[in-house]
Amino acid sequence: MSPPIAPPGWSRWLVPPAALSVHLSIGQAYAWSVFKPPLESALDLSGTQSALPFQLGIVMLGLSAAFGGTLVERNGPRWAMTVALICFSSGFLLSALGAATEQYWLIVFGYGFVGGIGLGIGYISPVSTLIKWFPDRPGMATGIAIMGFGGGALIASPWSAQMLESFGSDSSGIALAFLVHGLSYAVFMLLGVLLVRVPRSEKPVASGPSAYEGVQVSARNAVRTPQFWCLWIILCMNVTAGIGILEKAAPMITDFFADTSTPVSASAAAGFVALLSAANMAGRIVWSSTSDLVGRKNIYRLYLGAGALMYALIAWVGDSSKPLFIVCALVILSFYGGGFATIPAYLKDLFGTYQVGAIHGRLLTAWSTAGVLGPLIVNWIADRQEEAGKSGEALYGTSLIIMIGLLAIGFVANELVRPVHARHHVPAPKEAEDVHERQQSA
Amino acid sequence: MSTSDSSPPSAPAGTSPGRRGLIAFSWVWVGAPLAYGLYELVRKATQLFTG
Repeated sequence: MSPPIAPPGWSRWLVPPAALSVHLSIGQAYAWSVFKPPLESALDLSGTQSALPFQLGIVMLGLSAAFGGTLVERNGPRWAMTVALICFSSGFLLSALGAATEQYWLIVFGYGFVGGIGLGIGYISPVSTLIKWFPDRPGMATGIAIMGFGGGALIASPWSAQMLESFGSDSSGIALAFLVHGLSYAVFMLLGVLLVRVPRSEKPVASGPSAYEGVQVSARNAVRTPQFWCLWIILCMNVTAGIGILEKAAPMITDFFADTSTPVSASAAAGFVALLSAANMAGRIVWSSTSDLVGRKNIYRLYLGAGALMYALIAWVGDSSKPLFIVCALVILSFYGGGFATIPAYLKDLFGTYQVGAIHGRLLTAWSTAGVLGPLIVNWIADRQEEAGKSGEALYGTSLIIMIGLLAIGFVANELVRPVHARHHVPAPKEAEDVHERQQSA
Repeated sequence: MSTSDSSPPSAPAGTSPGRRGLIAFSWVWVGAPLAYGLYELVRKATQLFTG
Protein backbone atom coordinates (compact mmCIF):
# COMPACT_ATOMS: atom_id res chain seq x y z
CA MET A 1 0.00 0.00 0.00
CA SER A 2 1.53 3.32 -1.03
CA PRO A 3 1.22 6.29 1.30
CA PRO A 4 -1.54 8.78 0.36
CA ILE A 5 0.11 11.83 -1.20
CA ALA A 6 -1.53 15.20 -0.51
CA PRO A 7 -3.10 16.86 -3.57
CA PRO A 8 -1.89 20.38 -4.41
CA GLY A 9 -3.14 22.96 -1.92
CA TRP A 10 -3.90 20.39 0.79
CA SER A 11 -3.72 22.15 4.15
CA ARG A 12 -1.39 20.71 6.74
CA TRP A 13 -3.93 21.77 9.38
CA LEU A 14 -6.04 18.80 8.33
CA VAL A 15 -3.40 16.41 9.60
CA PRO A 16 -3.59 17.17 13.38
CA PRO A 17 -7.35 16.42 13.56
CA ALA A 18 -6.68 13.19 11.63
CA ALA A 19 -4.09 12.28 14.25
CA LEU A 20 -6.37 13.39 17.09
CA SER A 21 -9.25 11.23 15.87
CA VAL A 22 -7.02 8.20 16.36
CA HIS A 23 -5.31 9.28 19.59
CA LEU A 24 -8.52 10.47 21.28
CA SER A 25 -9.98 7.02 20.54
CA ILE A 26 -7.13 4.80 21.65
CA GLY A 27 -6.64 6.96 24.75
CA GLN A 28 -9.78 5.18 25.98
CA ALA A 29 -7.41 2.50 27.30
CA TYR A 30 -6.71 4.60 30.38
CA ALA A 31 -10.43 4.59 31.20
CA TRP A 32 -10.62 0.78 31.35
CA SER A 33 -11.10 0.99 35.13
CA VAL A 34 -14.72 2.08 34.49
CA PHE A 35 -15.47 -1.47 33.27
CA LYS A 36 -13.71 -3.22 36.16
CA PRO A 37 -16.39 -3.17 38.90
CA PRO A 38 -19.29 -4.21 36.61
CA LEU A 39 -17.20 -7.00 35.08
CA GLU A 40 -16.16 -8.21 38.53
CA SER A 41 -19.76 -8.47 39.73
CA ALA A 42 -21.26 -9.76 36.46
CA LEU A 43 -18.63 -12.43 35.75
CA ASP A 44 -17.46 -13.07 39.32
CA LEU A 45 -13.89 -11.89 38.77
CA SER A 46 -11.17 -10.71 41.14
CA GLY A 47 -9.59 -7.27 40.81
CA THR A 48 -6.44 -8.83 39.35
CA GLN A 49 -8.47 -10.73 36.74
CA SER A 50 -10.49 -7.70 35.69
CA ALA A 51 -7.25 -5.73 35.12
CA LEU A 52 -5.96 -8.36 32.64
CA PRO A 53 -7.45 -6.86 29.43
CA PHE A 54 -5.85 -3.47 30.21
CA GLN A 55 -2.50 -4.97 31.16
CA LEU A 56 -2.35 -7.16 28.06
CA GLY A 57 -3.41 -4.13 26.00
CA ILE A 58 -0.47 -2.06 27.30
CA VAL A 59 1.97 -4.93 26.70
CA MET A 60 0.64 -5.29 23.14
CA LEU A 61 0.89 -1.51 22.68
CA GLY A 62 4.63 -1.65 23.42
CA LEU A 63 5.23 -4.78 21.34
CA SER A 64 3.23 -3.72 18.29
CA ALA A 65 4.76 -0.22 18.32
CA ALA A 66 8.25 -1.70 18.57
CA PHE A 67 7.81 -4.42 15.94
CA GLY A 68 5.25 -2.71 13.71
CA GLY A 69 7.08 0.61 13.40
CA THR A 70 8.96 -0.33 10.25
CA LEU A 71 5.74 -1.54 8.61
CA VAL A 72 4.10 1.76 9.49
CA GLU A 73 6.99 3.66 7.86
CA ARG A 74 6.83 1.48 4.76
CA ASN A 75 3.06 1.45 4.24
CA GLY A 76 2.25 4.95 5.43
CA PRO A 77 -0.12 6.55 7.91
CA ARG A 78 -3.39 5.60 6.19
CA TRP A 79 -2.50 1.92 6.30
CA ALA A 80 -1.50 2.27 9.96
CA MET A 81 -4.67 4.14 10.90
CA THR A 82 -6.79 1.55 9.08
CA VAL A 83 -5.08 -1.27 10.99
CA ALA A 84 -5.54 0.66 14.23
CA LEU A 85 -9.23 1.23 13.47
CA ILE A 86 -9.88 -2.41 12.59
CA CYS A 87 -7.99 -3.81 15.59
CA PHE A 88 -9.24 -1.33 18.18
CA SER A 89 -12.84 -1.58 17.03
CA SER A 90 -12.74 -5.38 16.61
CA GLY A 91 -11.32 -5.63 20.11
CA PHE A 92 -14.49 -4.05 21.46
CA LEU A 93 -16.74 -6.18 19.24
CA LEU A 94 -15.02 -9.37 20.40
CA SER A 95 -15.36 -8.16 23.98
CA ALA A 96 -19.07 -7.57 23.38
CA LEU A 97 -19.38 -11.19 22.24
CA GLY A 98 -17.35 -12.30 25.26
CA ALA A 99 -19.58 -10.38 27.68
CA ALA A 100 -22.81 -11.57 26.00
CA THR A 101 -21.71 -15.23 26.20
CA GLU A 102 -19.96 -14.73 29.57
CA GLN A 103 -16.66 -15.96 28.11
CA TYR A 104 -14.15 -13.74 29.89
CA TRP A 105 -11.16 -15.07 27.94
CA LEU A 106 -12.72 -13.55 24.82
CA ILE A 107 -12.73 -10.11 26.49
CA VAL A 108 -9.07 -10.52 27.46
CA PHE A 109 -8.17 -11.66 23.95
CA GLY A 110 -10.38 -9.10 22.21
CA TYR A 111 -9.68 -5.94 24.18
CA GLY A 112 -6.17 -6.87 25.33
CA PHE A 113 -4.59 -8.68 22.40
CA VAL A 114 -6.45 -7.50 19.29
CA GLY A 115 -7.29 -4.05 20.68
CA GLY A 116 -3.73 -3.72 22.06
CA ILE A 117 -2.30 -4.07 18.54
CA GLY A 118 -4.60 -1.20 17.56
CA LEU A 119 -3.22 0.85 20.46
CA GLY A 120 0.41 0.40 19.42
CA ILE A 121 -0.03 0.92 15.69
CA GLY A 122 -2.46 3.79 16.29
CA TYR A 123 -0.10 5.51 18.71
CA ILE A 124 2.78 5.72 16.25
CA SER A 125 0.64 6.07 13.09
CA PRO A 126 0.61 9.89 12.81
CA VAL A 127 3.97 10.76 14.40
CA SER A 128 6.23 10.57 11.37
CA THR A 129 3.63 12.25 9.12
CA LEU A 130 3.09 15.14 11.54
CA ILE A 131 6.83 15.77 11.79
CA LYS A 132 7.09 15.84 7.98
CA TRP A 133 4.19 18.31 7.72
CA PHE A 134 5.50 20.53 10.52
CA PRO A 135 9.31 20.53 10.21
CA ASP A 136 9.24 24.05 11.63
CA ARG A 137 7.21 23.03 14.72
CA PRO A 138 7.63 19.29 15.31
CA GLY A 139 7.21 19.59 19.07
CA MET A 140 3.86 21.35 18.76
CA ALA A 141 2.61 18.94 16.08
CA THR A 142 3.38 15.75 17.97
CA GLY A 143 2.28 17.45 21.20
CA ILE A 144 -1.22 17.92 19.75
CA ALA A 145 -1.50 14.23 18.80
CA ILE A 146 -0.05 12.83 21.98
CA MET A 147 -2.19 15.22 24.03
CA GLY A 148 -5.09 13.38 22.39
CA PHE A 149 -4.00 10.13 24.00
CA GLY A 150 -4.35 11.83 27.40
CA GLY A 151 -7.64 13.38 26.34
CA GLY A 152 -9.08 10.03 25.27
CA ALA A 153 -9.52 8.89 28.85
CA LEU A 154 -11.19 12.17 29.80
CA ILE A 155 -13.84 11.53 27.16
CA ALA A 156 -14.23 7.79 27.67
CA SER A 157 -14.38 7.79 31.43
CA PRO A 158 -17.67 9.74 31.89
CA TRP A 159 -19.07 8.47 28.57
CA SER A 160 -18.55 4.77 29.42
CA ALA A 161 -19.87 5.30 32.96
CA GLN A 162 -23.05 6.93 31.64
CA MET A 163 -23.50 4.13 29.13
CA LEU A 164 -23.22 1.44 31.79
CA GLU A 165 -25.70 3.34 33.91
CA SER A 166 -28.18 3.38 31.01
CA PHE A 167 -27.66 -0.19 29.74
CA GLY A 168 -27.16 -1.79 33.14
CA SER A 169 -24.10 -3.37 34.74
CA ASP A 170 -25.04 -7.00 34.07
CA SER A 171 -23.34 -9.01 31.32
CA SER A 172 -25.83 -7.99 28.62
CA GLY A 173 -25.51 -4.31 29.57
CA ILE A 174 -21.72 -4.54 29.43
CA ALA A 175 -21.94 -6.34 26.07
CA LEU A 176 -24.13 -3.58 24.66
CA ALA A 177 -21.74 -0.93 25.99
CA PHE A 178 -18.78 -2.70 24.33
CA LEU A 179 -20.72 -2.94 21.08
CA VAL A 180 -21.55 0.79 21.07
CA HIS A 181 -17.91 1.60 21.90
CA GLY A 182 -16.63 -0.53 19.02
CA LEU A 183 -18.97 1.00 16.45
CA SER A 184 -18.60 4.58 17.69
CA TYR A 185 -14.81 4.47 17.74
CA ALA A 186 -14.76 2.95 14.23
CA VAL A 187 -16.80 5.89 12.89
CA PHE A 188 -14.75 8.43 14.86
CA MET A 189 -11.37 7.05 13.72
CA LEU A 190 -12.54 6.93 10.12
CA LEU A 191 -11.95 10.68 9.89
CA GLY A 192 -8.24 10.06 10.44
CA VAL A 193 -8.12 7.35 7.77
CA LEU A 194 -9.84 9.59 5.24
CA LEU A 195 -7.97 12.82 6.01
CA VAL A 196 -4.40 11.76 6.56
CA ARG A 197 -1.95 12.60 3.75
CA VAL A 198 1.81 12.72 3.43
CA PRO A 199 3.27 15.97 2.03
CA ARG A 200 4.00 16.08 -1.70
CA SER A 201 7.37 17.71 -1.25
CA GLU A 202 10.16 17.88 1.26
CA LYS A 203 9.16 21.46 2.01
CA PRO A 204 5.51 21.49 3.09
CA VAL A 205 5.86 25.14 4.09
CA ALA A 206 7.30 27.29 1.32
CA SER A 207 9.25 29.53 3.68
CA GLY A 208 10.04 26.80 6.21
CA PRO A 209 12.72 24.17 6.53
CA SER A 210 12.84 20.91 4.59
CA ALA A 211 11.42 17.82 6.27
CA TYR A 212 14.64 16.02 5.36
CA GLU A 213 16.99 18.69 6.64
CA GLY A 214 19.93 17.44 8.69
CA VAL A 215 21.06 13.89 9.33
CA GLN A 216 18.95 10.84 8.50
CA VAL A 217 19.37 7.56 10.38
CA SER A 218 17.52 4.29 9.76
CA ALA A 219 15.67 2.55 12.61
CA ARG A 220 18.07 -0.36 12.37
CA ASN A 221 21.07 1.92 12.82
CA ALA A 222 19.39 4.09 15.45
CA VAL A 223 19.09 1.28 18.00
CA ARG A 224 22.85 0.75 17.67
CA THR A 225 23.65 4.29 18.76
CA PRO A 226 24.23 5.43 22.36
CA GLN A 227 21.88 8.35 21.65
CA PHE A 228 18.92 5.98 21.29
CA TRP A 229 19.65 4.34 24.62
CA CYS A 230 20.19 7.70 26.32
CA LEU A 231 16.72 8.73 25.16
CA TRP A 232 15.38 5.34 26.25
CA ILE A 233 16.73 5.96 29.77
CA ILE A 234 15.42 9.56 29.78
CA LEU A 235 11.90 8.46 28.79
CA CYS A 236 11.91 5.50 31.16
CA MET A 237 13.06 7.59 34.16
CA ASN A 238 10.69 10.48 33.45
CA VAL A 239 7.69 8.19 32.98
CA THR A 240 8.57 6.08 36.04
CA ALA A 241 8.67 9.21 38.19
CA GLY A 242 5.32 10.48 36.88
CA ILE A 243 3.45 7.19 36.77
CA GLY A 244 4.43 6.50 40.37
CA ILE A 245 2.32 9.47 41.46
CA LEU A 246 -0.40 9.09 38.84
CA GLU A 247 -1.16 5.47 39.63
CA LYS A 248 -1.45 6.04 43.38
CA ALA A 249 -2.59 9.66 43.46
CA ALA A 250 -5.85 9.26 45.40
CA PRO A 251 -4.52 7.06 48.25
CA MET A 252 -1.29 9.07 48.29
CA ILE A 253 -2.91 12.47 48.98
CA THR A 254 -5.30 10.83 51.47
CA ASP A 255 -2.47 9.09 53.37
CA PHE A 256 -0.18 12.12 53.19
CA PHE A 257 -2.59 14.37 55.07
CA ALA A 258 -4.38 11.71 57.16
CA ASP A 259 -2.61 12.71 60.38
CA THR A 260 -3.12 16.46 59.89
CA SER A 261 -5.89 18.84 60.92
CA THR A 262 -7.06 19.02 57.28
CA PRO A 263 -7.48 15.42 56.05
CA VAL A 264 -8.48 14.85 52.41
CA SER A 265 -11.94 13.34 51.74
CA ALA A 266 -12.55 10.66 49.08
CA SER A 267 -14.31 13.13 46.76
CA ALA A 268 -11.51 15.69 47.16
CA ALA A 269 -8.99 12.96 46.33
CA ALA A 270 -10.99 12.17 43.17
CA GLY A 271 -10.82 15.87 42.30
CA PHE A 272 -7.05 15.77 42.80
CA VAL A 273 -6.78 12.84 40.38
CA ALA A 274 -8.82 14.78 37.79
CA LEU A 275 -6.59 17.81 38.22
CA LEU A 276 -3.51 15.63 37.67
CA SER A 277 -5.04 14.34 34.42
CA ALA A 278 -5.53 17.94 33.29
CA ALA A 279 -1.89 18.76 34.12
CA ASN A 280 -0.75 15.64 32.26
CA MET A 281 -2.71 16.66 29.17
CA ALA A 282 -1.77 20.35 29.29
CA GLY A 283 1.91 19.45 29.73
CA ARG A 284 1.82 17.48 26.50
CA ILE A 285 0.93 20.45 24.34
CA VAL A 286 2.46 23.32 26.35
CA TRP A 287 5.90 21.87 27.10
CA SER A 288 6.22 20.12 23.77
CA SER A 289 5.46 23.37 21.91
CA THR A 290 7.90 25.21 24.18
CA SER A 291 10.60 22.75 23.16
CA ASP A 292 10.40 24.15 19.60
CA LEU A 293 11.60 27.45 21.04
CA VAL A 294 14.10 26.44 23.73
CA GLY A 295 15.42 23.18 22.27
CA ARG A 296 14.88 19.57 23.18
CA LYS A 297 17.87 19.15 25.47
CA ASN A 298 16.93 22.20 27.53
CA ILE A 299 13.31 21.17 27.94
CA TYR A 300 14.38 17.72 29.23
CA ARG A 301 16.76 19.49 31.63
CA LEU A 302 13.63 21.20 32.96
CA TYR A 303 11.52 18.00 33.09
CA LEU A 304 14.20 16.02 34.88
CA GLY A 305 15.95 18.71 36.94
CA ALA A 306 12.90 20.68 38.07
CA GLY A 307 10.98 17.40 38.41
CA ALA A 308 13.57 16.15 40.91
CA LEU A 309 13.33 19.51 42.70
CA MET A 310 9.53 19.14 42.97
CA TYR A 311 9.90 15.67 44.49
CA ALA A 312 12.52 17.06 46.90
CA LEU A 313 10.11 19.84 47.92
CA ILE A 314 7.34 17.32 48.62
CA ALA A 315 9.75 15.22 50.71
CA TRP A 316 11.10 18.28 52.54
CA VAL A 317 7.84 20.12 53.30
CA GLY A 318 5.98 16.87 54.01
CA ASP A 319 2.41 17.21 55.24
CA SER A 320 2.79 20.80 56.41
CA SER A 321 1.53 22.40 53.18
CA LYS A 322 -1.27 20.93 51.13
CA PRO A 323 -1.20 23.65 48.42
CA LEU A 324 2.53 23.08 47.90
CA PHE A 325 1.99 19.31 47.64
CA ILE A 326 -0.73 19.84 45.03
CA VAL A 327 1.29 22.35 42.99
CA CYS A 328 4.39 20.13 43.00
CA ALA A 329 2.36 17.07 41.94
CA LEU A 330 0.74 19.06 39.13
CA VAL A 331 4.11 20.28 37.85
CA ILE A 332 5.52 16.72 37.98
CA LEU A 333 2.54 15.40 36.01
CA SER A 334 2.86 18.19 33.43
CA PHE A 335 6.51 17.14 32.97
CA TYR A 336 5.39 13.51 32.68
CA GLY A 337 3.05 14.42 29.82
CA GLY A 338 5.61 16.75 28.29
CA GLY A 339 8.22 13.98 28.31
CA PHE A 340 5.93 11.74 26.26
CA ALA A 341 5.01 14.43 23.77
CA THR A 342 8.48 15.86 23.20
CA ILE A 343 10.32 12.60 22.60
CA PRO A 344 9.31 12.24 18.90
CA ALA A 345 10.72 15.70 18.17
CA TYR A 346 13.91 14.84 20.09
CA LEU A 347 14.20 11.70 17.94
CA LYS A 348 13.68 13.79 14.81
CA ASP A 349 16.46 16.18 15.87
CA LEU A 350 18.89 13.29 16.37
CA PHE A 351 17.87 10.77 13.72
CA GLY A 352 15.97 12.84 11.14
CA THR A 353 12.53 12.16 9.69
CA TYR A 354 13.53 9.18 7.55
CA GLN A 355 12.28 6.44 9.91
CA VAL A 356 11.36 8.48 12.97
CA GLY A 357 8.05 6.65 13.44
CA ALA A 358 9.76 3.27 13.57
CA ILE A 359 12.43 4.58 15.96
CA HIS A 360 9.70 6.05 18.15
CA GLY A 361 7.96 2.68 18.20
CA ARG A 362 11.10 0.97 19.44
CA LEU A 363 11.61 3.64 22.08
CA LEU A 364 8.15 3.02 23.51
CA THR A 365 9.48 -0.14 25.17
CA ALA A 366 10.80 2.36 27.74
CA TRP A 367 7.17 3.23 28.49
CA SER A 368 6.24 -0.42 29.00
CA THR A 369 9.19 -0.81 31.39
CA ALA A 370 8.26 2.35 33.29
CA GLY A 371 4.64 1.21 33.47
CA VAL A 372 5.80 -1.75 35.53
CA LEU A 373 8.60 0.02 37.47
CA GLY A 374 6.76 3.15 38.68
CA PRO A 375 3.75 1.55 40.36
CA LEU A 376 5.92 -1.32 41.62
CA ILE A 377 8.29 1.02 43.46
CA VAL A 378 5.58 3.16 45.07
CA ASN A 379 3.24 0.28 45.97
CA TRP A 380 5.94 -2.09 47.22
CA ILE A 381 7.55 0.52 49.45
CA ALA A 382 4.21 1.78 50.80
CA ASP A 383 3.21 -1.82 51.66
CA ARG A 384 6.54 -2.49 53.43
CA GLN A 385 6.27 0.76 55.43
CA GLU A 386 2.71 -0.09 56.41
CA GLU A 387 3.84 -3.52 57.60
CA ALA A 388 6.50 -1.74 59.65
CA GLY A 389 3.70 0.17 61.41
CA LYS A 390 4.21 3.51 59.68
CA SER A 391 1.42 5.75 58.41
CA GLY A 392 0.73 9.09 56.71
CA GLU A 393 3.50 10.70 54.70
CA ALA A 394 6.05 8.22 56.13
CA LEU A 395 4.63 5.61 53.71
CA TYR A 396 6.02 7.52 50.73
CA GLY A 397 9.29 9.10 51.96
CA THR A 398 11.56 6.40 50.52
CA SER A 399 9.67 6.36 47.20
CA LEU A 400 10.17 10.11 46.84
CA ILE A 401 13.91 9.76 47.36
CA ILE A 402 14.05 6.94 44.78
CA MET A 403 12.14 9.09 42.27
CA ILE A 404 14.66 11.92 42.76
CA GLY A 405 17.45 9.41 42.08
CA LEU A 406 15.74 8.12 38.93
CA LEU A 407 15.25 11.65 37.60
CA ALA A 408 18.91 12.39 38.33
CA ILE A 409 19.89 9.35 36.23
CA GLY A 410 17.67 10.66 33.44
CA PHE A 411 19.26 14.11 33.77
CA VAL A 412 22.75 12.63 33.35
CA ALA A 413 21.59 10.60 30.33
CA ASN A 414 20.25 13.80 28.77
CA GLU A 415 23.60 15.52 29.31
CA LEU A 416 25.31 12.63 27.51
CA VAL A 417 23.24 13.09 24.33
CA ARG A 418 25.46 14.17 21.44
CA PRO A 419 24.85 14.35 17.68
CA VAL A 420 24.81 10.93 16.00
CA HIS A 421 28.13 9.86 14.46
CA ALA A 422 28.32 10.14 10.67
CA ARG A 423 28.87 6.38 10.23
CA HIS A 424 25.22 5.82 11.21
CA HIS A 425 23.81 8.33 8.71
CA VAL A 426 22.04 7.36 5.51
CA PRO A 427 23.18 9.60 2.66
CA ALA A 428 20.07 11.39 1.38
CA PRO A 429 16.33 10.73 1.14
CA LYS A 430 16.47 9.06 -2.28
CA GLU A 431 19.53 7.02 -1.46
CA ALA A 432 18.05 6.29 1.95
CA GLU A 433 15.12 4.59 0.27
CA ASP A 434 17.55 2.37 -1.61
CA VAL A 435 19.49 1.57 1.54
CA HIS A 436 16.23 0.77 3.29
CA GLU A 437 15.12 -1.55 0.52
CA ARG A 438 18.50 -3.29 0.55
CA GLN A 439 18.22 -3.72 4.31
CA GLN A 440 14.74 -5.19 3.95
CA SER A 441 15.81 -7.67 1.30
CA ALA A 442 19.02 -8.59 3.15
CA MET B 1 3.58 21.78 -4.48
CA SER B 2 3.99 22.76 -2.15
CA THR B 3 2.85 25.34 -0.35
CA SER B 4 0.63 24.37 2.30
CA ASP B 5 0.13 27.19 4.67
CA SER B 6 1.90 27.88 7.87
CA SER B 7 -0.92 29.93 9.35
CA PRO B 8 -3.28 28.68 12.07
CA PRO B 9 -6.32 26.55 11.20
CA SER B 10 -8.71 29.49 11.36
CA ALA B 11 -7.12 31.40 8.49
CA PRO B 12 -5.18 29.17 6.18
CA ALA B 13 -4.01 31.22 3.24
CA GLY B 14 -4.30 29.76 -0.24
CA THR B 15 -6.90 27.22 0.82
CA SER B 16 -10.14 26.87 -1.14
CA PRO B 17 -13.47 27.54 0.66
CA GLY B 18 -14.28 23.83 0.45
CA ARG B 19 -11.06 22.95 2.21
CA ARG B 20 -11.71 25.63 4.82
CA GLY B 21 -15.03 23.98 5.54
CA LEU B 22 -13.30 20.61 5.80
CA ILE B 23 -10.73 22.05 8.20
CA ALA B 24 -13.48 23.54 10.38
CA PHE B 25 -15.49 20.29 10.28
CA SER B 26 -12.50 18.13 11.19
CA TRP B 27 -11.53 20.34 14.14
CA VAL B 28 -15.13 20.36 15.42
CA TRP B 29 -15.22 16.55 14.98
CA VAL B 30 -12.35 16.10 17.41
CA GLY B 31 -12.92 19.27 19.46
CA ALA B 32 -16.51 18.55 20.51
CA PRO B 33 -15.84 15.27 22.37
CA LEU B 34 -12.69 16.77 23.86
CA ALA B 35 -14.71 19.75 25.14
CA TYR B 36 -17.17 17.30 26.72
CA GLY B 37 -14.28 15.46 28.41
CA LEU B 38 -12.78 18.71 29.68
CA TYR B 39 -16.16 19.86 31.02
CA GLU B 40 -16.54 16.61 32.97
CA LEU B 41 -12.95 16.95 34.18
CA VAL B 42 -13.49 20.47 35.50
CA ARG B 43 -16.66 19.33 37.29
CA LYS B 44 -14.71 16.57 38.99
CA ALA B 45 -11.65 18.68 39.73
CA THR B 46 -13.69 21.26 41.63
CA GLN B 47 -14.36 18.55 44.22
CA LEU B 48 -10.77 19.04 45.38
CA PHE B 49 -11.75 22.48 46.64
CA THR B 50 -15.32 21.74 47.70
CA GLY B 51 -15.17 18.07 48.75
